[in-house]
Amino acid sequence: MLLSDKDRIFTNLYGVHDWTLKGALSRGDWDGTKAILAQGHDWIIDQVKASGLRGRGGAGFSTGLKWSFMPKTVGERPHYLVVNADEGEPGTCKDRDMMRNDPHKLLEGCLIAGFAMRAHAAYIYIRGEFYREAERLEAAIAQAEEAGLLGDNACGSGWPFRVYVHRGAGAYICGEETALIQSLEGKKGQPRLKPPFPAGVGLYGCPTTVNNVESIAVVPAILRRGASWFAGIGRENNTGTKVFCISGHVNTPCNVEEAMSIPLRTLIEKHAGGVRGGWDNLMAVIPGGASVPLIPKHVCDDVLMDFDALKEVKSGLGTAAVMVMDKSTDVVKAIARLSAFYMHESCGQCTPCREGAGWMSRVMNRMVRGDAEIEEIDILEEVTRQIEGHTICALGDAAAWPIQGLIRHFRPELERRIQARKGVAPTPAAAE
Amino acid sequence: MTAAKTIPDPDAADAPFAFTEANLAEARRILAKYPEGRDRSGVLPLLDLAQRQQGWISRGVVEAVAEITNTPPIRVWEVVTFYTMYNQHPIGRHHVQICTNLPCWLRGSDEIMRAAREVFGDAFGRTTDDGIATVSEVECLGACVNAPMVQIGDDYHEDLDYESAKALFQAIRHGRPVQAGSWADRQCSAPSGTRTTLTTDPTTPDGGKWIAADSPAVSAGGAD
Repeated sequence: MLLSDKDRIFTNLYGVHDWTLKGALSRGDWDGTKAILAQGHDWIIDQVKASGLRGRGGAGFSTGLKWSFMPKTVGERPHYLVVNADEGEPGTCKDRDMMRNDPHKLLEGCLIAGFAMRAHAAYIYIRGEFYREAERLEAAIAQAEEAGLLGDNACGSGWPFRVYVHRGAGAYICGEETALIQSLEGKKGQPRLKPPFPAGVGLYGCPTTVNNVESIAVVPAILRRGASWFAGIGRENNTGTKVFCISGHVNTPCNVEEAMSIPLRTLIEKHAGGVRGGWDNLMAVIPGGASVPLIPKHVCDDVLMDFDALKEVKSGLGTAAVMVMDKSTDVVKAIARLSAFYMHESCGQCTPCREGAGWMSRVMNRMVRGDAEIEEIDILEEVTRQIEGHTICALGDAAAWPIQGLIRHFRPELERRIQARKGVAPTPAAAE
Repeated sequence: MTAAKTIPDPDAADAPFAFTEANLAEARRILAKYPEGRDRSGVLPLLDLAQRQQGWISRGVVEAVAEITNTPPIRVWEVVTFYTMYNQHPIGRHHVQICTNLPCWLRGSDEIMRAAREVFGDAFGRTTDDGIATVSEVECLGACVNAPMVQIGDDYHEDLDYESAKALFQAIRHGRPVQAGSWADRQCSAPSGTRTTLTTDPTTPDGGKWIAADSPAVSAGGAD
């Protein structure tokens, strides 16, 4: 069943209405925030746990559980909430729309989440290229402070709370939470070893939780409409609404908020105008941003768009960025383009990723032309296995997975290219 | 993929740099965001501020930012060379950044590149001879459902094709004003044509403004 507008959270996702505080208030943002805070820190965390909300940034870890890892009392070190708005996963463009068109949902979410974790400050780390979106967030913060919703006595709750915008400067790796913290501290964005986890030692060595924009921005709606409302959408363990970004070879690419666990085919046909040339013209879909393996058409036919269903087909929901490729696509070149991306974005800290991402990219470029030996397909696969899981952060995994998906589903195409190239080469004279 | 990182020309590199009065005030506003003793957090935003003033990051900028943020200059240099948005040499009046990552490529970024070559010449990563523009091929800029797209300065230009990209680039080359946003008939990331969602008035319960009877927010009757 499709989601109705009544159950949508981002009611100004497309920026049709007024984004300012006045418009946000008319849509019900900041409604009863004080009363929600009055329920106490633990009540909020319990509600978020009960809603089943899983992190919307890619990993899908339980948001409420993550919050509960923060110390229950504040010691000498203050607590921080950091919002990950370093949206850069190819295919993903949802946080941008939430920030430019519904900024007050994020700010109210910051207050509620920050209060729940006993923080008095939140930093929104927004990618540097989103300059206009950062401007809008700064303006929205000024409006909220002016109205007393943020500040020394946020919403009259007695809880001082401020939100700050910090712009990045162009590095995909800063979307990794510990790299983001490094960057926020004014350093190169190179991930830190975990443990210690940020909940223990995060920003400035203080207890910190890093959450995706969408994870934070949905919290006020969950508390107003009820954890059971959110938990009732989607499937068990895959609950709630989700903003999907549908790009590539569809007739009307768009962002859309739908129920979690919507069938992929329904999502594409109802909201994105269907695959260019019809469903049977579909070749493959990357269902969750560049880091997850592609799935071929026969899997797309009936797969559900949620964490567990996509994991079962050896892919992932990731950021729910659906990249559609029709039969005209050079699928090897598509994956080679992603390999070039990971080579460019590797931070250079871990050898398997720094050297491996470049090596894989070079081999992939040869695979595009078929300029390889058949055995090299297995060597390439083996190298992806050696990179995966052997780096500090998941960028190594992310560089490996798209290639693994390609080999898993399109090995005959790789072999065909290699043979075709050999076929045009001069052949030995026939036996006399 | 990004603008070539070359060593700055020695004369320019040694030119001293000082923030303007207005930018010094902005620098203080930025540094006030961070806790006491954490001025180093200001390195990224202050480098950006300096680049907005001067166009690129010279040695003088690094030294000025290092001093204000109480950070060793080498630590500031590390940041300059790590992030793609810092220009380590002077660039043209406009920075034209063309995304060629997968979602843009699937929707025809090769055609955008062709238009760019025709208007700006084959000078990727370099500046046109007239100093008007520096053209770079960049990674995903996060506007994928409005692909293909380019960023010029701070603004996104979306839903381009060969014709519209060529018109856009020619306007830049000839100093004509350009309108940011989608070049197709679209409202942000909504599907073109009839919207499939968000068709109900969002200030009504059916449009999403409602509170459950058992929520603590229900009796509060609004923000205060």
